[in-house]
Amino acid sequence: MSYIIKGDTGDWEVVIGLEVHAQVISKSKLFSGAPTEFGAGPNTQVSFIDAGMPGMLPVLNGHAVEQAVRTGLGLKAKINKRSIFARKNYFYADMPQGYQISQYDMPIVGEGTIVLDMPDGTSRSVGIERLHLEQDAGKSVHDQHATKTCIDLNRSGVPLMEIVSKPDLRSPEEAGAYLKKLRSILVYLGTCDGNMEEGSMRCDANVSVRPVGSTELRTRCEIKNVNSMRFVMQAIEHEAKRHVEVWESGGAVDQETRLYDANRNETRSMRSKEFAHDYRYFPDPDLLPLEFDDAYIAKIQATLPELPDDKKARFIKDYGLSAYDAGVLVAEQENAVYFEGVAKGTDAKLANNWVSTNLFGLLNARGVSISESPISAKNLGRLVQLIADNTLSSRMAKEVFEMMAADGKDPDTIVTERGMKQITDTSAIDAAVDQIIAANPDKVAEYNSGKVQLMGWFVGQVMKATQGKANPGMCGELLKKKLG
Amino acid sequence: MSLDKATVRRIATLARIEVPDADLEATAAQLSGILSWIEQLSEVDTSNVAPMSGGIDMESISTKPRWREDKVTDGGQTEKVLANAPDPQDGGFFGVPKVVE
Repeated sequence: MSYIIKGDTGDWEVVIGLEVHAQVISKSKLFSGAPTEFGAGPNTQVSFIDAGMPGMLPVLNGHAVEQAVRTGLGLKAKINKRSIFARKNYFYADMPQGYQISQYDMPIVGEGTIVLDMPDGTSRSVGIERLHLEQDAGKSVHDQHATKTCIDLNRSGVPLMEIVSKPDLRSPEEAGAYLKKLRSILVYLGTCDGNMEEGSMRCDANVSVRPVGSTELRTRCEIKNVNSMRFVMQAIEHEAKRHVEVWESGGAVDQETRLYDANRNETRSMRSKEFAHDYRYFPDPDLLPLEFDDAYIAKIQATLPELPDDKKARFIKDYGLSAYDAGVLVAEQENAVYFEGVAKGTDAKLANNWVSTNLFGLLNARGVSISESPISAKNLGRLVQLIADNTLSSRMAKEVFEMMAADGKDPDTIVTERGMKQITDTSAIDAAVDQIIAANPDKVAEYNSGKVQLMGWFVGQVMKATQGKANPGMCGELLKKKLG
Repeated sequence: MSLDKATVRRIATLARIEVPDADLEATAAQLSGILSWIEQLSEVDTSNVAPMSGGIDMESISTKPRWREDKVTDGGQTEKVLANAPDPQDGGFFGVPKVVE
């Protein structure tokens, strides 16, 4: 379904490219041995390199290189065996060197692809332009002091991967789906924790519009640092509408950097555009070219986990799940692992129902993640087995599920303790059925005169007489035989 | 290559160096002189030479540069980091004039 903005002069479409800054999971910084941990006291994780002291030389963190290559492989991208670190020059209070060490025309990773899973079950391929390594800047705190800005350099030098998409996205929803999928891949790979609240994943959006049917690329605006998926989608929607208004009123959009204000749902101009893109990149003379060979890449390739797309395909094939159900399960790696734990040796579709509906419902209600689930995958798997082999009716299973959620006991113990076994022994149900028929001659007469909907009432009575333990299907059959 | 006054003003702004208007002409002449001196390099034919990004020819060195192990070996020295700061703030921050966008 395409996203169209209705203007006064006609229909417009939006062209979106996203730049995601993903913090590399590492113990130490990209060029120094200072720690990267989140939440430490101000300036406690700063080496003289991170503070931009004169004469300090950067030394590259090999693990950060490995993480970038791993991510590139996960994005099915071209890995460049030779890349160059460059200085991006600009002045800002939280960047003491006066330049950011980044990569410019020779990034470590080139073109790749991400497959988006859209909410309607379709998928769509989006191009990755590049991925490069760079260092983060420090943090400016503006509200600590009335007339000063306070600077904390703990984040200065933390390794980031900047992942740039091609301008292939055409709606806020696609932008959201892209971020979700990218996050999922990074978390599977273990190269970024994907935590947007702590800033481990930050997003800039490049937005422009054009009349539907046109293939031109009009002037774009860059919206900086939008820190949740919802805000990214809102910011794009707002910015695209603003562009349409500017063009339709006979004006022209200026290429500029804009800041999204979530409280007012608007974007506003951020930097003076005059110098906005004059970064004067040049190769960093403190660093040698980054080089490695095919064997290095092959070694990393061999350690890649099964990624979401492959897992989804396997779940569809091996477990017979729908594309939608498989997509929901694989989005978070932990959910997929849990599901496989439940589905092992039992009915997979039934397992999916219990995981996706009952378990996720329980976790949502309690506001906990799956790693804190009160019910283990093994116990839920056993519950599903007990339903599949007719030991429990689904109504009984729901009761057992509640009890498992309450005290974490395994289903066999609960079933034994409470004598909850479903009665599938015909003679036991037989007796109950005879009793109900004998006790209610009036209802039997009504039924026989054509009021067949009374069957439900009879089944209910038998269930009641057996404390809910009778197999409802067998009750129905026996009743039909005896009444008919 | 010769630079005009507007270009010099722009370079000065980018480098955060104050050049009074009265000095622009002289500075332009000096910078142009330096650039034309460096331009002599373009007399060398480099059409068959791959661009280098630094002073070391990677092909010529026998041991490849070593990368650092991902270990914490630094940090925990807030006093030293802030020792030369002109305006340190409570809690261990650098203080700078208010930066508001």
